This record gives sequence, C-alpha cells and structure tokens, in this order.
Amino acid sequence: MAVLKTILYLLVYPGLLFLFVYGTFCEWFDRKVYARLQNRMGPTHTGRWGLLQPVADFFKLMAKEDIVPDAADKPLFTLLPIVGLAVVATAGLLMPLWNPFPEAAGLISFQGDIIVLLYLLSLPTLIAFLAGWSSTNIFSQIGGTRVLTMLFGYEVPLFMAVLSPAILANSWRIAEIGAFYRARPLLLLPNVIGFVVALICVQAKLERTPFDIPHAETEIVGGTFTEYSGKKLAFFRLMTDIELVVSSGLIAAIFLGGFGGSPILAFLQFVVKTLAVIFLLSLIRALTSRIRVDQVVAFAWKTMAPLAVLQLLIVIIIKGLLK
Amino acid sequence: MKFNIPIGPQHPALKEPISLRMTVEGEVIRDADLRLGYNHRGMEKLAEEKNWTQNIYLVERICGICSHSHATCYVQGVEKLMEIEPPKRGLYIRYLVSELERVHSHLLWLGVAGHEAGFDSFFMYTWRDREVVMDLLEMISGNRVHYAMNTLGGVRRDLDEIQIKKILDGLVVLRQRTEYYFKIGASEPTFVGRLAGVGYLSKEKAIALCACGPTARASGITADVRKDDPQAVYDEVPFDVCTADSCDVLGRTVVRIKELMESYKICEFLLRNLPAGDIAVKAPKKAKPNEVVSRYEAPRGENIHYIRSNGTERPERLKVRAPTLANYPATIEMLKNGFIADIPLIFAAIDPCICCAERTVELVNARSGEETVVRFGDLRKLAGERFAKSPVKRNAVWPF
Repeated sequence: MAVLKTILYLLVYPGLLFLFVYGTFCEWFDRKVYARLQNRMGPTHTGRWGLLQPVADFFKLMAKEDIVPDAADKPLFTLLPIVGLAVVATAGLLMPLWNPFPEAAGLISFQGDIIVLLYLLSLPTLIAFLAGWSSTNIFSQIGGTRVLTMLFGYEVPLFMAVLSPAILANSWRIAEIGAFYRARPLLLLPNVIGFVVALICVQAKLERTPFDIPHAETEIVGGTFTEYSGKKLAFFRLMTDIELVVSSGLIAAIFLGGFGGSPILAFLQFVVKTLAVIFLLSLIRALTSRIRVDQVVAFAWKTMAPLAVLQLLIVIIIKGLLK
Repeated sequence: MKFNIPIGPQHPALKEPISLRMTVEGEVIRDADLRLGYNHRGMEKLAEEKNWTQNIYLVERICGICSHSHATCYVQGVEKLMEIEPPKRGLYIRYLVSELERVHSHLLWLGVAGHEAGFDSFFMYTWRDREVVMDLLEMISGNRVHYAMNTLGGVRRDLDEIQIKKILDGLVVLRQRTEYYFKIGASEPTFVGRLAGVGYLSKEKAIALCACGPTARASGITADVRKDDPQAVYDEVPFDVCTADSCDVLGRTVVRIKELMESYKICEFLLRNLPAGDIAVKAPKKAKPNEVVSRYEAPRGENIHYIRSNGTERPERLKVRAPTLANYPATIEMLKNGFIADIPLIFAAIDPCICCAERTVELVNARSGEETVVRFGDLRKLAGERFAKSPVKRNAVWPF
C-alpha cells in the first residue's frame, strides 16, 4: 500500500501528471493574460478558450523531426533535456501539497527542504548553459554565457529574499513556514520588500521579459536552445512550464501564507495563490522592455541585493521585538 | 577572444535579407561589415523598357512601405521633364497621402523599435493604432500598401466632404495615441535604459558620412527637403523640422514621434485649405530630351531620382537613390564599440528598407574570391550545369 501510494505520489499527484497538466494550464494562463494586456486574443482555437493550446504545442513538438548537430556533444546534448525535466519535477515534489501538515515530517517534507528546493531550482540554469555550450552554435554559446552572467546577478538576492521569512518563522521547512504565517497573517506584511525582490528574481530565473536576454530572438535567434528541436525542445519547454509552477508555488508558500487545511483545501489555495503570482509575473512581462545583460547585473547588485539585505534586517529586528 | 557572428542573410531581427558580419570581443562589437545584394531586382533596367506611365507603377513597387514616396519622387521629376503643372487640388491630395504615409511608416517603425528592444506590448499597441491610418489610406485610394494615387499631371482620385471629415476624425485619435507613446517612450525606465546612449553618431560624423532623414536630424542637423527645397505645396504649409541633439537611438525615436505630430498638423492644414478645381491635367506621351534630379523627403530620409529622357516614350535612364543607402556608412560607425544586444536596435534605428537600396549585385566566386561580370544567359547555363552535376538530396525522414 505504501509503495502504491508512493508511485501515485510520483506519477499522478503532485508528480509528473499533475505537473504536466498544471504546467500547461499555467502557460495558457500566462499567454492569455499577456495577450489580453497587449490587446490581443491569445490562444482561442484549441480546446475551450484555447485551454489545450500548450498541450497541443507539446505533442506537436514531440512529433517533429529531431535534429542533433554534427559538431555537438551528442550524449550531453541528448541527456540535458531529460535531466532538466527530472530536476524540476523533483522540485515539484517538495511543494507542501499532499502533505500540508507541519507536524508530519517525512521524506518530502523535512527540515531544510527549502534549501533543497532552491538548489533544485538553480540547476535548470546550469542545464541551460550546458545546453547552449554543447550545441556549439555561436548564438547558443552567447546565450549560454548570458545565462551564467545573469545567474551571478539574481541568485544572491533571491536566496536572501526567500530565506528571510524562514528566519522569522524559525524553520527551514516550507510546510512549517506556511503554518507559521497562517497562524499570524499580520507578520506577512513586513516581508513585502522580500516578496517584490523574489518576484523580480524569479522573473529573471525564468528568463522572461525584461530578463529574456539568453534567448533574445532579435539578437541571438533562439539563444541557448537554437539547435534544439523536436522532442528535446518539447522537454525543455515543459521544463520551463514546470519551473514556472514550482517557482510561483515557492513564492506563494513563503510569502503568501502557504497552503493549509486538508489536501483538497491546500490544492485550492495552491491554485489561487500560484495564479496570483503568475498574474504578477505576466504583468511585469507585458509592462517592460528587455534590458541588457550588464544592466541586469548592475540592477541586481545595486538595487535588489541592498533591498534583500534591508529585508533581512527588518526580519531580524522584528524577531528581536517578538521575543 | 575575437570571433565573428553572422547577422543575416536570414535572422529574426531582419525583415529582409542583408548580411551584417560582426567581429565581437565578448559582448562588444569591434568591427562590422555590411554585404548587400541579396534582394536585387533589376528595377532600373526594367524602367528603361517601360513607358513613362507604366513606370509610375513600377517605381511604386520599389518599396512596400514608402511606395508613395518613390512614385511621387518619380512623378515630380517627369512632370518637370514634360513641363506640365498639376492643378493645386491634385497637389494637395498628393502630399496629403505623402503625409499619411509618413504617419503609417513612423508608427510602423515605432512598433519595430519596440519589438527589437523586446518591448512587445509597445509593438502591439502601435501597430493596432497604425490600422487607423491604414484604413484612412484605404478609404482615400482603395489600397492599403500601393496606393496608386499618382499619375503624370496630378492624382487619380478625388476627395469628397465625407472623406475629409473621416480623415480629420482619424487624425484626432492618432494625435491622442501619439502623445501617449511619447509619454511611454520618454518615461518607461527599461525602454529608455535600452535606447539612451546607444548607437552614438556625432554631428560631425553624421555630416561626414552623409546620413539623412531622422538619423541625421537626431544628430542635430536641420536637414529636411520639405524645408530646404520645398516641393509644390510645402512652402505654403506651416511646419517645423524636428531635431534632437542626443545623437542616439532615443533621439531617433523622439524625432520620429515629433515628426508624427508635425505630419498631423500638415494633414489638417492641407484638408482645411483644400482648393477647388481639377485633380489632374492631361500629360503628353513623350518628353523632350533633357535630364532632371527630383528630391523628396521620404519617411526614412531624402529620396533622389535622376531621370534622363531622349524624346521617346521611355526614360533613357532612371537612377534611384533610396535614403537607406545613404545611411549605411553611418550605421557601421554607430555599430562599432556597441554591444551585441544593441545590433538590432541600431540597425533598425535607421529604419532600413533593404530592397529599396539594392541597386547592384556583385558576383563573387565563393572559393577563389574572384569577382566577375557574367551575362544573364551564361549565369542561367551555369546554374543548370551545377544542378545536373549535384548529387540527389536525401529527403527528410518523417519520425513515424
């Protein structure tokens, strides 16, 4: 029975199937919001309101011819999409959905799981870099170096911003942090700066406008994924979708009070809160223009990092006052 | 480490084929090279085979955006050769269409600039509002792209009261929208951050490299054919030449938005003061042997047509110098020491119309680098031989 439960957990909810369905739904939501903000229709044709468009895109890509460049490092080139998808899907398991109860620690909810989650969310960036580098295309290589350059900008502010609510909650477990803030909703207010910083850093991590520099199509064509096609590209796109779900889930769990109550209630809260976060991300995407990679690093260190430090200070002072 | 990146002939930033070869060091461009000739259509030669009237429709097809500019420039010259004077009403309508075309071209450019800078919302908004002026042009001429309004000695279609009212209403909408874009272009921090200081071209360099149009005006040069050498109606119309002194892509954006506002002013003046009378006079079939240079301020800069007649129904020579060609040397200067990320912006900022500027083609042997002159028949024979010798290509395999 325990084995069956684990398999269900891995494959159905909140494992691969759920992540696939919800990831494609989030892509649809993002595309629709972005399109409506730009006075366009967005997807309308496939499924009701175009709901199935990302799924259709995925299966269409799966059926396309898969080309590997002659000069590319073939094993690495082939392995990267699979590893990338596996990494973000594993990160998805750490969402406190199935097991939202702070008292029941276990294999997927333990002290320090927030660190593991942040680590797993860093890996796709490295995978994108390796993907760009191994395809030996000049545009991919420029994209790859841009991925890494950006990583040095946003990663530190993101970590500081995400970890400061954890310091206030005095726990490294996502489920416990959520429960702490659900019990004291007013304490969410001091974390507003951190919320904004984390939102912008997640936008950079997901390589969306204004941080879509590694695959800026008017500059370097497809960027990191220029040489990828067919199944491999489909995997990478699914990886990005799931990364969107996991990162917005992380922000919702840390800054918006997490997901509590029974599993069904937790699920409903998860949907509402992640969609709210994705709405904000789409808003940023529609309202800004792409910036240069040197501007990203300067912005991250001159604005985001000091703000994150300020957030940390606020949290430490409040923690002192509460005692 | 220096390496070359090829932008084009096929690249998402380019709407038409051209080859930009960049030598870059890290993210910084050290050298740039421009190769033309991918879109040569032999229009000048073709013009010698057609008569004066047929050529109006040929030169109109030099460009898909400033189609009216080339046709007007040509018609102006031929009218001078034939010594005919179009009626006032015809001229007013001709230059009204010119200004509306400038509006649609600049709105299109704003969208393209937004897209190249990764600001797709701006792109969608400007192109939505461009539909307003496209609809007006369609109402006036019956066409959205090649208006075919010009004829030798005037224009082909008249305006009535209802149309005039509709155009004036449309201009009100466009003016409001343009003010909004001016606000966005000058205040949205990420957008301004991308444009300011990019593609610097000093006033001295702009003069030395013969830049023209908004590119020159953004470097502080007050050069506008409409003011310097007013054709037909422009000496009667009150308007200002818009300049900026920031010498960068932001300046070029500001100049274009200001020019939009001036164009609305000119359109309103032309419509309010539209004289009564005929719209065209009959033109003769032949022109006396003579030559003429016709200048016209196209949306992208100064357009020059040189026309020589030999007393027959056909021109002996028609030479077209599109504004884009004049701006290429300045583009190379602007690209140097810029970032890779700025290539599309700098290149788009001259508003390139690549096929307008394709006047010649050079045949270079790819292996030896030898340049040759080949007759068209020989070229065709060569292609046939090469095809016959080449191995059969493997068909793409469907994955299932």
